[in-house]
Amino acid sequence: MKKKESTLKNMLLSLAIVAGIAGVCLGFVYGLTKDRIDQAAQAKKENALKSVLPAFEKSETLQMDAPDDTRKIEVFKAFNGEELVGVAVSTYTKKGFGGEIDLMVGILPDGTLNKVSVLSMSETPGLGTKMTDPGFYTQFEGKHPDTFKMLVKKDGGDVDAITSATISSRAYCDALSRAYKVFNQVVSNN
Amino acid sequence: MSAKINQWKNFSKGLVKENPALVLMLGMCPTLAVTSSAINGLGMGLATTFVLVLSNMLISAIKTQVPDKVRIPCFIVVIAAFVTVVDLLIKGFVPALGESLGVFIPLIVVNCIVLGRAEAFASKNGVFSSLIDGLGMGLGFTFALTILGIIREVLGAGAIFGNKFIDGDGIIVFILAPGAFIVLGFLVALVRQLSKKN
Repeated sequence: MKKKESTLKNMLLSLAIVAGIAGVCLGFVYGLTKDRIDQAAQAKKENALKSVLPAFEKSETLQMDAPDDTRKIEVFKAFNGEELVGVAVSTYTKKGFGGEIDLMVGILPDGTLNKVSVLSMSETPGLGTKMTDPGFYTQFEGKHPDTFKMLVKKDGGDVDAITSATISSRAYCDALSRAYKVFNQVVSNN
Repeated sequence: MSAKINQWKNFSKGLVKENPALVLMLGMCPTLAVTSSAINGLGMGLATTFVLVLSNMLISAIKTQVPDKVRIPCFIVVIAAFVTVVDLLIKGFVPALGESLGVFIPLIVVNCIVLGRAEAFASKNGVFSSLIDGLGMGLGFTFALTILGIIREVLGAGAIFGNKFIDGDGIIVFILAPGAFIVLGFLVALVRQLSKKN
């Protein structure tokens, strides 16, 4: 078959048809995968909640203002029956070495830190990524900010920084203190 | 026309002789960036192969219907559509891989291998030859990325496909960007040495 000539009509027509068909196909695949993508995101959030809080029966979600920013922070209050067993704060910091770090921080009602889970980060592999190693994050478990200063030792705090990843460790502490500010707001609202 | 092409030669040229990553030096951005582990390299390679095969076939099928002056925009739309399909499928069915490959899946759109094969091969040859060409080139790319990923993971993390075989860290520089350049350099040298002997 001979190649179509590059007249304006032919060009417009072929581009429009190609783009139109591509659009329809994309719409179809999007509809097909949307539920699964949402489910995967939901499952990830629920797993993070379960891993940072003690066992709970139901949770309710609040939207809080970030203390020093215009964005919203999601807070999950976990209940066993009527009793509050913990608050999880989906906190963040912009001070990471590779951009933003998102953490899920589980705090017990008395303010003691339960567990922390890293939701997303892009720190240097092998250095900053060690914040997901037990050697770093277990030092926070069971600590209360009144007795445990959430700053790295270089800055006069009580946190052992990750070797050669002080910036990442500082960012981690920054995210934790942000979580505590939000937690105090939540508690004082009650 | 397509019957004259030796299909085995057509397929195997992408694996070694014209390997897109190691000989043609195309698609360096994902090659260097995502190969910090073997599984990332494999996933990226297979995603690219999928896009390459489908876009090669479709472009070969519509080549007579597309006027010359708008062929590049048409090819790009076709490629972008397939890439978005792959992106959605990976996010839906293997979310963990989607997270570690991140922005590099959408970036397959601008991978020079895909547009390069569309322009250099699929727009001149039949559908079947284009399929074979896409498959060969894609598997060659996958092969190069997986080897690169394995070497970097073994040296840098002391692990292979995520299974650690030594405690501790390994040589961290191989996981970082400079390691990608170093390993790629040695691989290219090796391939050139081998093809010289033949």
